[in-house]
Amino acid sequence: MKTLLNEEQIDTQQAGRYGNDFGGQYIPEILMSELEKVNQSFQTLKDDPTFKMELQDLLINYANRPSLLYYAKNMTADLGGAKIYLKREDLNHTGAHKINNVIGQALLAKHLGKQRLIAETGAGQHGVATATIAALLGMSCEIFMGKEDTERQKLNVYRMELLGAKVHAVTSGSKVLKDAVNAALQEWASRSDDTFYVLGSAVGPAPFPEMVKYFQSVISQESKQQLQNEENQLPDMVVACVGGGSNAIGSFANYLDDTNVKLVGVEAAGKGIDTGQTAATIERGSVGVFHGMKSLFMQNSDGQIDPVYSISAGLDYPGVGPEHAALAEAKRAEYVGITDDEAVQAFEYIAKQEGIVAAIESCHAIAYVEKVAPTMSKDQIIVCTLSGRGDKDVASIAKYKGVNVDE
Amino acid sequence: MNKLSDVFKDHKAFVPFVVANDPDFDTTVQNIIALAKNGADIVELGVPFSDPVADGPVIQAADLRAFKANVQTRTIFEIVSAARQETDVPIVLLTYLNIPFKYGYDAFLKKCADLDIGGLVIPDLPYESRDEIVPTATKYDVDIVPLISPTSGGRIEKIARDATGFIYVVSSVGITGERDDFYHGLAELVKTIRQYTHVPTAIGFGVHTPEQAQKLAEIADGVIIGSAIVNIVATEKQDAPAAIASFTKGIRQSIDAAQQVILK
Repeated sequence: MKTLLNEEQIDTQQAGRYGNDFGGQYIPEILMSELEKVNQSFQTLKDDPTFKMELQDLLINYANRPSLLYYAKNMTADLGGAKIYLKREDLNHTGAHKINNVIGQALLAKHLGKQRLIAETGAGQHGVATATIAALLGMSCEIFMGKEDTERQKLNVYRMELLGAKVHAVTSGSKVLKDAVNAALQEWASRSDDTFYVLGSAVGPAPFPEMVKYFQSVISQESKQQLQNEENQLPDMVVACVGGGSNAIGSFANYLDDTNVKLVGVEAAGKGIDTGQTAATIERGSVGVFHGMKSLFMQNSDGQIDPVYSISAGLDYPGVGPEHAALAEAKRAEYVGITDDEAVQAFEYIAKQEGIVAAIESCHAIAYVEKVAPTMSKDQIIVCTLSGRGDKDVASIAKYKGVNVDE
Repeated sequence: MNKLSDVFKDHKAFVPFVVANDPDFDTTVQNIIALAKNGADIVELGVPFSDPVADGPVIQAADLRAFKANVQTRTIFEIVSAARQETDVPIVLLTYLNIPFKYGYDAFLKKCADLDIGGLVIPDLPYESRDEIVPTATKYDVDIVPLISPTSGGRIEKIARDATGFIYVVSSVGITGERDDFYHGLAELVKTIRQYTHVPTAIGFGVHTPEQAQKLAEIADGVIIGSAIVNIVATEKQDAPAAIASFTKGIRQSIDAAQQVILK
């Protein structure tokens, strides 16, 4: 009996670990039974044909998948280097990649018999996606959002309410995404019997990072096939922005074994990597244990979590998913920083070049493409994930530029 | 010899909690001494954390006050060291895992052993992750006090069997903070734990009146009170030691009364 328990213990530990020691489960005992249920259910359902069919059906007939792999002809010509393809997650229903994961987790919640979904949100995209699915599946929904983010993203707050969700403005701590996660975890600890926590990024205790990756992998599954059809080859480089890292891990997943494909995650450098007002966790963080996982975090030498800063509410997070920490450690993926100024410039650039208003989060990836494409040859190919659309950002970018728009 | 579990041997234990450096260094030292002198069996000292996910607003606010008074990890040890001049009361630290992780588990636990800190309560360290720190803690003879909650169910056996020191029984689901109603199956929960271990149990989360303390002491081997005392510190500030002393006396009496009820 004793050995059996030990084996089980080893199994769970290894299952949620990435690289040397990233990942794991560091969460209050109150939530552990529920987490075990979620894990068991996920491990069973992910290979269950009926579940996969339900998921597929909603992805195609509700979320509008597959998303386009769009050849950015004007950008390619203008930058004069590598051929640029954009994976258009912004064209999904609700306007971002978040819907892929939310559909998966909501179906899982339904299988677990849950009636109520809760979620954290930064920019509001994940909250909107969760509220949308809750409406579709007839579940109740409460969203936790840092008070500062509710002010930066007023329109999304209203969208969530329109969809029938209750939005809680979180006033603890620095009142941003990190604090919204704290509040959602607390709510889940208080009420897990009828409630499922739809975690929006590839972070948190196992199995969340694995689960979010599984549901977001559809991005690279499609892009690989689409590029194969279009160009009959693999991309030379895949670029995606990284906050917690859900669109990036989904964009990388199906290329991880193709070691010739360079993977680049773009973090928010805020006002600059050396300014102290940054969210570039992989470049500036250190190993720690927080939000249920061992990973890289922005923190002081005592292990207190530092406030981070980015113009983008969706990248304004002091940690990063454990698999990204492991990919960085193994040098399988490279992580770079893009500043607010560079991202805002890219926001305007892609609008004028391609007629696409992209999310400020995604514009961090675009800004990197602008830098790297000219250094590559014309027969090389970049696939950059446009994780979301930028309607939500128009007012705040106008403000950043000193333009007064009446909302 | 295991000092923490010895505390529970012949009587019901009272385990009060204060946050280190709230509102300042000297007051915390005096609070620990006041608790020890007026009937605390173990003093639980909270290590402030920037993001205390298991804690409610009262302890969050205390952590902020402690940060305002510039608390660092080394401050915690300096506070214990200063209190040790006056009292040998058993002390446990409540800390989120990242604090000892960054300090270095070995260095942190060595420091605990040097200061006669008998155990650590780590709210974000579930059974599955105990190998992270338990081997080092064992080396220094410091107990890692496990938590068992009303939701633990099938997990109780493995947690109880491997427990040392005492078991922190969570009174209700949710986060810390005063409450008037606890999980109704607490007596059953403690009974289940006792099937698997002789390690004593102490119930905490939300306890704030002498009546509650007495009732819970009739169920378990000890009672933990946190937010109610932290609230006294919030109101009384530098005058907290005297107020805490009288609160502690009251709780001590009610816990001893529970002892009498059981003996009868």
